[in-house]
Amino acid sequence: MEMAGTKSRLTWAVNLTVGFLVLLWIIPTFGLLVSSFRDRDAISTSGWWTALSASEQNAIVRADAPDSAKPDGDAWVITGNVSEGEGGQITAFGITSREPVAFAPGEVATHKRGQQITVEANGDYRITYPEKPSGSRGQRLFVRAEAPPSFTLDNYREVLFAEGMGKALLNTLTVTIPATIIPILVAAFAAYALAWMEMPGRALLIAGVVGLLVVPLQVAFIPLLKLHNNIGIGKGYLGIWLAHTGFGLPLAVFLLRNYMVGLPGEIIESARVDGASDFAIFRKIILPLSFPALASFAIFQFLWVWNDLLVAKVFLGTGEDQAVMTGRIVDLLGSRGGDWEILAASAFVSIAVPIAVFFSLQRYLVRGLLAGSVKGG
Amino acid sequence: MNQLLFAVSTIVVGVFGCVAYFYFSNILLDRVFPAKGPNAGTNINKANAIRPWLFLLPALLVLGLYLVYPVFSTFVLSLQDTRGSFIGGENYTWLAGDGKFRESLGNNLLWLVIVPAASTFFGLVAAGLTDRIKWGSVAQSLIFMPMAISFVGASVIWKFIYDYRGENQGEQIGLLNAIVEGLGGTAYAWITMPFWNNIFLMIILIWIQTGFAMVILSAALKGISEETIEAAYLDGASPLQIFFKIKIPQIWGTIAVVWTTITVTVLKVFDIVFAMTNGQWGTQVLANLMYDWMFRGSPDFGRGSAIVMVIMLLVTPVMIWNISNAHKENR
Repeated sequence: MEMAGTKSRLTWAVNLTVGFLVLLWIIPTFGLLVSSFRDRDAISTSGWWTALSASEQNAIVRADAPDSAKPDGDAWVITGNVSEGEGGQITAFGITSREPVAFAPGEVATHKRGQQITVEANGDYRITYPEKPSGSRGQRLFVRAEAPPSFTLDNYREVLFAEGMGKALLNTLTVTIPATIIPILVAAFAAYALAWMEMPGRALLIAGVVGLLVVPLQVAFIPLLKLHNNIGIGKGYLGIWLAHTGFGLPLAVFLLRNYMVGLPGEIIESARVDGASDFAIFRKIILPLSFPALASFAIFQFLWVWNDLLVAKVFLGTGEDQAVMTGRIVDLLGSRGGDWEILAASAFVSIAVPIAVFFSLQRYLVRGLLAGSVKGG
Repeated sequence: MNQLLFAVSTIVVGVFGCVAYFYFSNILLDRVFPAKGPNAGTNINKANAIRPWLFLLPALLVLGLYLVYPVFSTFVLSLQDTRGSFIGGENYTWLAGDGKFRESLGNNLLWLVIVPAASTFFGLVAAGLTDRIKWGSVAQSLIFMPMAISFVGASVIWKFIYDYRGENQGEQIGLLNAIVEGLGGTAYAWITMPFWNNIFLMIILIWIQTGFAMVILSAALKGISEETIEAAYLDGASPLQIFFKIKIPQIWGTIAVVWTTITVTVLKVFDIVFAMTNGQWGTQVLANLMYDWMFRGSPDFGRGSAIVMVIMLLVTPVMIWNISNAHKENR
């Protein structure tokens, strides 16, 4: 019994700790998501967490002037609505500034001058005077109203259509798709050669690929920008596709080679004995069997290129027709730090795609990570 | 739309070009050295000696041009001044005396100590704990998710955490300051606070990298043989003792791999600093300083290249370690 007791307490502690950790990790992203649906004023005057619950607002409303009271039996009555069609539930009201929330909706408050005042939950008020009142200053009503959370899609509409982020999204796609697909083929052939073909210097080449894995991209910027300018590519899509292909190749070759080495050698040998050429073996056996590794690399490269800022800043122009999403968001961060709603919505647009890819293809991503770092280290 | 067409046609041209190259170069090889006739034997041997290089050629060309050549070219550039004439180590002596460079190097070293340590620690804790509960895989997914988010996206996300409103600027809209004020403290402008702002920028990267560490360490923990754990359990070891004395010593190798991988990421950190502070208020790092020298009004490629060579020098130990590890495994 003692054992079981400590064990379940420990399980509780573990569950709670993990719950806390998960909350800590998702709250920041969740905050951005909520913010991106709030309107401009709300976002810059209150924290995003206040948007989740109904917000309480206190207001002072002046009722219609006593002069406008209408006779109703023996009494004189003024009716109206405190929220004037804005909606929201009245949770309390009062008739003096000292006790602004003294009464619940529907209760009757009696003023020291004799009139009786009541405010309903929907905002309708009714003031009953025993005698005909006069004067042009209406009775002051203190109300506390609860406004329901309000969200809007306007930010997204503006970001995608007015702010040019739609074009940037297109540019990002233009960069990403070829830069993801082209390295795969180039790497697959090289990986096959390094895994299954005998040749002198193979070990050296593999070591070279491993070494290139960690070379900082920064080394390439100045020499290659010069080269691109000299051969007339300049800053543009062709240049960035080539650059991303080059920067992605070490990981691609490394991952694919590690995977291909693990494929059963008997199949390849027996195909060779049957007279299949290396090209045929590669196309008919290796490529289909390597699908998981190809998928892992494709996801890596996609995430990396989509999320990249630095390579795009160096190898692409900054004009409307070439600016990618990350670049535009950084510009927003710097120059117009006040436009939180645009910033939030555009950031969310740019992270929505990788997150969708992440959740739908997580298996391959994890597999790739494991192959990429544990094995080869 | 035109440009998407351009992209799609590039894919088609690229992919077909690749396939065509491999296909026709193989056919050509078979024509030149046919596997029949009087010299069939020697022809096959010759063809087999050449074929691997046909497979490797495109990759080697691209790697050579985009990664190997630049290392040497950047080194040469780092010995030149703005007009391209040779000035020896002058850029390096200038670096050694430059305040911004020293600040960047110091900050980079700080990042280098704190980020890998914290990410690995949190990753290990998360891996150890999520392995023990039913909804562990869901929890792992959620902690892992920031890996998919760009550094730029993460910077925007954390801007909503670190935001600061001065005394007469209304209520705090940054979560951190709201919490601090809610607990009765005073709000701070975290991002401009000397020294500590570095830590706040690092937290962003730790938030991203913890998931990576967790996934790899979790796989390593699952790979530990049940027998050792069972034996310890029967000997009356507590779960904590099992974790620290049985499990962790068995995954040291993996911890080292995670640590060095994050180290390499940290050395190249650019986006977060560029987006959050652009190196102001004492947060400059090497990659951002290099970018600055490359793209400022009057760029100095020599100094920029010298800074890159310093980054290159810092990753070299990791590179050597990686190569020797891979070499051991291939044997």
